[in-house]
Amino acid sequence: MMGLDRRKFLKIAGVSALGLGAKPALDLLFGQMIEVHAQEEKPPLVKAQTWAMVVDLKKLTEEDCRRAVEACHREHNVPNIRRVDGSVNHKEEIKWIWTEGFEHAFPGQAFEYVNHELEEKPLLVLCNHCTDPPCVRVCPTKATFKREDGIVMMDMHRCIGCRFCMAGCPYGSRSFNWGDPRPYIAKLNPGYPTRTKGVVEKCTFCFDRLSKGQHPACVEACESGALVFGDLANPDSEVRTLLSERYALRRKPELGTGPNVYYLM
Amino acid sequence: MYDSGKIIVGLIIGLGLLTFPFWYNLGKAAPPTPEPKLSEKAKTIGQCIEPKARMKTRHMQILDQWRDNMVRQGQVLYVAWDGKQYDMSLQNTCMDCHDNKKDFCDQCHNYTAVSPFCWDCHVAPEEK
Repeated sequence: MMGLDRRKFLKIAGVSALGLGAKPALDLLFGQMIEVHAQEEKPPLVKAQTWAMVVDLKKLTEEDCRRAVEACHREHNVPNIRRVDGSVNHKEEIKWIWTEGFEHAFPGQAFEYVNHELEEKPLLVLCNHCTDPPCVRVCPTKATFKREDGIVMMDMHRCIGCRFCMAGCPYGSRSFNWGDPRPYIAKLNPGYPTRTKGVVEKCTFCFDRLSKGQHPACVEACESGALVFGDLANPDSEVRTLLSERYALRRKPELGTGPNVYYLM
Repeated sequence: MYDSGKIIVGLIIGLGLLTFPFWYNLGKAAPPTPEPKLSEKAKTIGQCIEPKARMKTRHMQILDQWRDNMVRQGQVLYVAWDGKQYDMSLQNTCMDCHDNKKDFCDQCHNYTAVSPFCWDCHVAPEEK
């Protein structure tokens, strides 16, 4: 029999035409993406399973606290929002790391006759990078998420400013940008972005510094060595040694969030 | 036709309004195509992370991917087509060479009336 009949020819022609027409569209969709993916390589990230911080309350001084807060806020372009008369505007204040009194940091541990020195001492408090972070659970857009190395990270590009995370966090570690923060930043650090109106921000354990092999800004600024940073999963790390040698408190552990900032007594 | 006078006048006015953009721009030349200027530093280095044509058409997708890789996957380095490595950072890598946002980025963005919100947060280098 001689080749194709008319019906079959039309069928094949139709399917071929569809295929030809779809090719540029498919190329556009997948071609480029595959190319970009192919060019990436796993970078040498400083690895850890659970980053944690240990605050040695015996070593921590007021000067340390001041330097740590200043270094952190300068590095990350954290605005210093004040009222016109210069007083702190607590409702709009933005803080990544700050000082707190003992009875506020450890409400379950404070009692009337608590060690006077401890009671007077300012403590450094920051995001606890919890093992089971409530802020991550409540975030509707996954703007805040738990990284593999334990850091509770913020993706500012995704934050819609719903502030569920602020309600979820029992430590008050999150701040909301009620307005454009830029006018309140004394000196812009050109190496780090600012935030914009309508997003929540908090400490990121200096994930960008860690990836370069540097310690977090606050740890570096604390010259007395009161802040120690390391990997909890590594039994030889300094944090593990300190924790095995001395008694440590965590903030509100009864809530089951598994905070990863430890306070050596 | 009832009220033909009113209807016809209305139609003429309506047509006039509808074609207003054409009348208004009649005889005017199209706005000049943008010519983004390379900064001195970019000129000296002479090449971007990808070939020029690709950067022209795909820089937004590349930036998107950089953002996801950096923020969500914690990856830092980008290996370019020629094997060179770059920090995945708009602010510290791209804008380091292209330190003339007004003459470079804004040229085409303004022409095509797109307003990317990159610089709501990312700090643009000071214009010289």
